[in-house]
Amino acid sequence: MGTQPEQIVSLKGVAKSFGAVRALAGVDLAVGAGECLGLVGHNGAGKSTLMNVLAGTLAPDSGAIEIHGKDLAAGYSVTVAHRNGIRCVFQELSLCPNLTVAENTRILHPALKGFGWKQRAGRLIKEKLDEILPGHGISPGDTVGDLSLGQRQMVEIARAFTVTDDPLHLVILDEPTSSLDASTAQQLLEFVRREVARGRSVILISHLLGEILRYSDRVVVMKDGKVVAERPADRFDRDSLVGAMGTVVEHHAAVQATAVRERSGTPVVVRAKSALQTDDQALVAHRGEIIGLAGLAGHGQTRMLLQVFAGAVGRMHGVDVQGPVAFIAGDRQTEGIFPLWSIARNVTVRSLPRMLRHQLVDSRREAEMAESWKQRIKIRTPDMDNNILSLSGGNQQKAVFARALGSDAEIVLMDDPMRGVDVGTKLEVYDILRAEAAAGRTFLWYTTEMDELNYCDHIYVFRNGRIVADVSREEMTEQKILQSSFKESA
Amino acid sequence: MTALLLNRDLLRRALPAITLAVLLVAIFIKQPLAMSQFGLTLMLQYAVPIALATLAQMFVIAVNDLDLSIGSFVGLTTCIAGLYLPTEPLLGALLLLLCIAAYVAMGALIHLRNLPSIVVTLGMSFVWLGIAVLLLPTPGGKAPEWLHGLMNLKVPGVPFPIIAAIVIAAVVQIGLMHSSYGVVLRGTGGNPKAVARAGWSLLKTKMVMFGLAGSFGVLSGLSLIGLTSAADAHIADRYTLYSIAGVILGGGEFIGGRVSPVGAVLGAITLALAASFLIFLRISPDWQIGAQGAILIIVLALRAAITRGSAR
Amino acid sequence: MNATMLRKLHQTPWIWSFVGAVAVWLATIAFTEGQGAGAIVTAALSFACFTVIVGTGQMLVITTGPGNVDLSIPATITLCGTVAMKVMNEQDSLLILGIVAALAAGAVVGALNYGLIRFLRIPPIIATLSMSFLVQSSAIAYNRGLRIKPPPALDAFTTGDTFGVPWIAILTVLFSVVVGIIVGRSYYGRAISAIGQNSRAAWLANIPVERFRFLTYVASAMLSAICGILLAGFSGGPALDMGSEYLLGSIAVVVIGGTSVAGGRASVPGIWGAALFMFLLVTMLNTFGASAGIRLVATGLIIIAVIAIAGGERESR
Repeated sequence: MGTQPEQIVSLKGVAKSFGAVRALAGVDLAVGAGECLGLVGHNGAGKSTLMNVLAGTLAPDSGAIEIHGKDLAAGYSVTVAHRNGIRCVFQELSLCPNLTVAENTRILHPALKGFGWKQRAGRLIKEKLDEILPGHGISPGDTVGDLSLGQRQMVEIARAFTVTDDPLHLVILDEPTSSLDASTAQQLLEFVRREVARGRSVILISHLLGEILRYSDRVVVMKDGKVVAERPADRFDRDSLVGAMGTVVEHHAAVQATAVRERSGTPVVVRAKSALQTDDQALVAHRGEIIGLAGLAGHGQTRMLLQVFAGAVGRMHGVDVQGPVAFIAGDRQTEGIFPLWSIARNVTVRSLPRMLRHQLVDSRREAEMAESWKQRIKIRTPDMDNNILSLSGGNQQKAVFARALGSDAEIVLMDDPMRGVDVGTKLEVYDILRAEAAAGRTFLWYTTEMDELNYCDHIYVFRNGRIVADVSREEMTEQKILQSSFKESA
Repeated sequence: MTALLLNRDLLRRALPAITLAVLLVAIFIKQPLAMSQFGLTLMLQYAVPIALATLAQMFVIAVNDLDLSIGSFVGLTTCIAGLYLPTEPLLGALLLLLCIAAYVAMGALIHLRNLPSIVVTLGMSFVWLGIAVLLLPTPGGKAPEWLHGLMNLKVPGVPFPIIAAIVIAAVVQIGLMHSSYGVVLRGTGGNPKAVARAGWSLLKTKMVMFGLAGSFGVLSGLSLIGLTSAADAHIADRYTLYSIAGVILGGGEFIGGRVSPVGAVLGAITLALAASFLIFLRISPDWQIGAQGAILIIVLALRAAITRGSAR
Repeated sequence: MNATMLRKLHQTPWIWSFVGAVAVWLATIAFTEGQGAGAIVTAALSFACFTVIVGTGQMLVITTGPGNVDLSIPATITLCGTVAMKVMNEQDSLLILGIVAALAAGAVVGALNYGLIRFLRIPPIIATLSMSFLVQSSAIAYNRGLRIKPPPALDAFTTGDTFGVPWIAILTVLFSVVVGIIVGRSYYGRAISAIGQNSRAAWLANIPVERFRFLTYVASAMLSAICGILLAGFSGGPALDMGSEYLLGSIAVVVIGGTSVAGGRASVPGIWGAALFMFLLVTMLNTFGASAGIRLVATGLIIIAVIAIAGGERESR
């Protein structure tokens, strides 16, 4: 392995169980100074649990947490972690929406107090934001709740790299680019590299394997609560990484050129015009098509989907929808799951009106539906009557998929539904989508991942709430989509 | 476009003040005599205890809880103050401190057991009232001289309640909105998990906020007995509803730590004045309370209209 | 075996309210050496009915999610009780008309409540509170608190019993059974639970969220109306403060009964247990000769103790 650089952190034999579930089965992990460590694994592999242990928000059942060679496991906490220069940017955002950007900076730094703290906090965060993303347009006095999701993510990451009294050695970034568009994500990761060059260490967790391979020095793969592979990044490639994560790469040879249907071949089921559209361009979907909604994150794609949904369940100007719809939310915590319910109930909720007998829900039919979707979409649970929260994130998302796909909906709206879903799950779901489309279902699919556009029959590129390009499968190239995304309004 | 947005935002923030101004103008038109120092002092005298109770409620609302017991708590503190402060000031002060400690404990209990605050405070409202009734079965007691003197202070030119309200609002505004620990306290309402992850103790912030609520409840009771000079267990029963309405009128929101101390004080004054206004209007006593409801609805509807406009 | 039983107990938190009710009753009759044991039960069953009816409405509202609560219940009870008695005018022949009028008044209050919440975007707690001021004023202006006697048939019905079981109690139990089935197994029941957990997710799951919220607020106000009619009949006529104890009472029985204050989970049987418990508790303290102050303190502490021991909401994540 060569000479070891100075070690910042060394976890030894860390184990953690939640009830009967073993989340971490004795993990060893070391991070050297000036190193970017990529951490990958499926949902439920134990990455987040491990990072929570390291950040001090979760106490391990056993194991050592050595920082600069000293075991601090006893009495380890967030405060201890901070004092020793370890910080974590969690996957779900940890900013207070009611406070300003400067005030949120203050929350992280006990040292920012006394007279003039507001100015000092503002300067601190502004400098860091300027460094990461010049021209970010965020002011320290802005209330976080008024910022877009992407801006909030920027602020939180910038905040993690600000320094006052406590030293800063290691920052954990858990899915840092999930709400950022490609170019901002790139700027952020370039910044991470600069920090690493300055001697700081970063643990980078991402489902985007390209990011991991490109920006980390060393990659650690976790599976079932253990580290299963560890190599310098340049000795992994996409396939070997996916292989190490334990995904059986079922041949999905990037979408065969399935005979392209004529667009006019089937009847139009959705026609919708954005309120911001200045010309006559409308989004049109024919039966059985998979329609991609592309463009930079947050440029009106979700709004278009919601508009179509509202038009289908009620009435909406400029929207014409033929047939029942279902919606698959990307942010399952806030828009998808019902946390008090079982998996089965979460799956059937969309279909209840069909299951009524004498005005009451027929529990037998409900159980049948749940069971059949458990098989079809492979929800990993011993019992569909278990609480939805007993599932890992990816499997929760599968339940949300099953809810829509098992319904009577002829049109399915998908709002970037693969956010934070592992590769294995994705591949399984892609296959189902293709089969469903072939059977006559229509999909409107907003995605931030270029790869997923390969599955679409037709793509609309959004910019500033408008459709700026209308691209068929044959014409589609990454280049073309990116160009349209950045093109000034036509 | 942005200018318009800004204006709407500004308008929403200024709404509590505008409401109050409109109400004042309406009162002066209806009853020009009210526009004197004496008239204003008379109309506003109960604004001080209501404002203090509203701020107490605001501290609780800022951490996403609701205090349904503040009215009976204020009632209890008037009983304690009326009974003991004139004769045994030490004992009285000790008992009042105990009351604040009980509020701190209530906050701790709510946090530690993760209990719904409306139920706990609902239960506590019985307890406060019960103790008050035990202490003082019939109205009685009297205010200590100094308190009576303070509340009836005459400042040349400006009605005392206005001075008091400005001082109270300024102190809380600076303490909660501008101090560095105030940020942590408000953050607890905005995203408790984030505050905990930054290494702060949520138990402590909750206890501090409930302690502040208790302290302002005590101050409200003291100022109330300073005005009435006799205590009664039921004297402040209405304050629970007034205080909630005052916080909301003042631009506060039930969840998310979005509160405004200045707004809350303005809201409380508006409520206090609304009662006088209705009397000047010679509305039939049957409809007095209904008219208060109507005022509340109109102001909130206005705010909703402005907010909706700015959301677009 | 023991563990599964414990888990089962944990899943049915409402059982504790019944345990509490029985315990308090036993303590009372132990003190009176068995005297009046039956009479106490009869009284408890009667008085519990009113709390159960409005508590059920409150439960439906609370189940639709955080922040949802109906504070207009007391005023609506008063208004509808007054309307019913005034329309009935002490005549049995106008009984039905009076009931219809009261229910209609209740429905209007419910619809207005919903309108304030939905169209003026006022938080439910303030909307229903403001509405209650208006409703209370209407009740005062309408009748000025004059006492009108209920028609004989209503009087007989509300105070009648068979072997010590009040007729209204039998009716209310039947009502609770029906509501239990609706909440547990109908689309409406499932839907309000979904809305209570996450109203946006519910909307995106094609649940007609607004229609069901409207129905819920109207149902709560109409149940207040029914309570108003029965209460006016039971107590020999309407009074201006007849509803006041049901403000806190309706919330207390819902919570003690095991319904989640954060929304999404309703418990119908628990309301009965809690209503009986609350009434019997006061009876016990009265029997022990406690003063009003002690009674209040004990009631408050017990509400807190129950909720603290039963434990708070599970972390939802």
